[in-house]
Amino acid sequence: MDKPRLAVFKFTSCDGCQLSIPDMERGLVDIANTFDIAYFLGLKSRKSTGYYGISLVEGSISTPDEIKRIRAIRENTHYLVTIGACATAGGLQALRNLKDLGAFKKAVYPKPEHIDALKDSLPISHYVHVDFELWGCPISREGLLEVLASFLRERRPNIQAYSVCFECKRKGTPCVLVAQGIPCLGPITRTGCGAICPSYGRDCYGCFGPSEDPNIKSLSLRFETLGLSKDEIKLRLAGINSYAFGKYHGKE
Amino acid sequence: MKHNFYMEPLTIRKEALGDIIKDLSNRGYRVIGPTVRGGTIGLDNITAIEDLPVGYGDRQVTGGYSLFKHERPYFFGFSNGPDSLKRFLNPPYQRLFAIKKRAKGFETMIYEYEGSPFAFIGIRACDLRALHILDMVFEKDPFYQAERKEIFIIAVNCIFPSNTCFCPSMNSGPEVKYGFDLLLTEFDEDFLMEVGSKKGLNAIEGVHHKEAAGADIEKKRGLIDSSSKSIKKTLDTEGLPTLLYREFENPWWADIANRDLSCGNCTMVCPTCFCNTSNDTSSLDGKTATRIRCWDSCFSVNFALVHGGNFRPSRRARYRQWMTHKLAYWINQFGVSGCVGCGRCITWCPAGIDITEELMAIRISGKRR
Repeated sequence: MDKPRLAVFKFTSCDGCQLSIPDMERGLVDIANTFDIAYFLGLKSRKSTGYYGISLVEGSISTPDEIKRIRAIRENTHYLVTIGACATAGGLQALRNLKDLGAFKKAVYPKPEHIDALKDSLPISHYVHVDFELWGCPISREGLLEVLASFLRERRPNIQAYSVCFECKRKGTPCVLVAQGIPCLGPITRTGCGAICPSYGRDCYGCFGPSEDPNIKSLSLRFETLGLSKDEIKLRLAGINSYAFGKYHGKE
Repeated sequence: MKHNFYMEPLTIRKEALGDIIKDLSNRGYRVIGPTVRGGTIGLDNITAIEDLPVGYGDRQVTGGYSLFKHERPYFFGFSNGPDSLKRFLNPPYQRLFAIKKRAKGFETMIYEYEGSPFAFIGIRACDLRALHILDMVFEKDPFYQAERKEIFIIAVNCIFPSNTCFCPSMNSGPEVKYGFDLLLTEFDEDFLMEVGSKKGLNAIEGVHHKEAAGADIEKKRGLIDSSSKSIKKTLDTEGLPTLLYREFENPWWADIANRDLSCGNCTMVCPTCFCNTSNDTSSLDGKTATRIRCWDSCFSVNFALVHGGNFRPSRRARYRQWMTHKLAYWINQFGVSGCVGCGRCITWCPAGIDITEELMAIRISGKRR
């Protein structure tokens, strides 16, 4: 039987998610044995076009050209999986959605008229149908292997959407919010990272995006009792996943 | 339940606890006890009395926890931390079995507990009640039973309860009455020690001890009475379970839902919350599949996701399910309340939701309607 064809595409992003694939070492061998890696510029320069079994898409859509490109990819792939915060939630660069793009262009470029960018940096799902969204900045390697294994067998991926707190408590990590009064975003952030930050005694900053049912208002009230101002609370959410958190919090 | 003492009470020097710990280790036990971890007192491996949080106390409030130092070097001068026995007897992750594809058919490997039996130090009355409850829940679970059957328990009478404790309301403490091998009551200078089993008797062989005087027994009585009196928080159990069945549509559930973070912390720290989920994973090559059981929570949206839909789609429905199960369905299911009054769900709730106050609010608003 022919191996399923795997493609990895990049849009507006830092490459960190796709590079977690070669970084897997043993996992990379398993992927190479299981899939025909047809298109992956981060790994090999030869491009094999045609129809792909699974396309992993990294990065957000931030230029008109990228809209055309993602539509073409969608037409040529069976499953399309977004990997990382940019592809899934617009990324850090979606902070521009809150402000005036023209002002940024003027401040940075001597000839801003040459910059052909969309007003908003948006997730892939805003433009095309996405079969699965894998959150994280960057994604976890275990999570990606699970998604690949599940799509290969046509089963639902074992990727959870509840809070980071589940993971902290299972690991026995002391709660930095309750025991130290540190404004941790864990209670409203999606699990998947293995609760890394709290296990080093620092606060979660929401890099896996909002959990399945985040009560941002309630956590904000708790942060206020810790002495944070409303603006400081807004800033805590205005990071890697600002666009996704903003959907729940209201764009401000 | 009737008192369960194997012999007359003794007193031992505090350092003698170190000899007992060493002896238990030598007998092949994995000794677990309280120890300071990241500004909290958790349960972890203990090899000597130096590992215990000697001199530490804790301050617990709704949604808050901190440690302080007592003036005296008490061994058990604190209340329960976030961990309970369930972490060890019903571990957060448990491999159940793996299936491997062979040239012909499949091979199944069932995992078995291969660790040493546990010896738990410093277990309080509320957690012994919780253990009793878990025994009922996991009566037919081979994985729990394998880890449960050989355990050794050194219990303590709780004389430093926290502000979030309410064990007297649940009739589960602070006095330890059953379910231990050894029981300590901490005095300023020494421990009163009571022996609850033959195993306990064997463990103190060679440990220097004195027969306790009548005054020591009175001292214990006095400490437990003042501990009991210092616990101000109460949960009014009158009318349970029917009260909660009647208040199923009480508007207060929606008020709780506004504050509820849906984060699951209460269920994770609860010593009796037993819900778990089984995850099957397959390797990329499709030759191995593994089933892992891990702690789940009724606060997860997927918990109530079944074919055709989700029967608890809102935070309101999920919180109501948790409290109603704990304080009402549980009574019908197991004959006892699922709450032991340890107060962990109150301390570790980042939103500061207090089950005793929410039940009170449901009760009062129910009367008004």
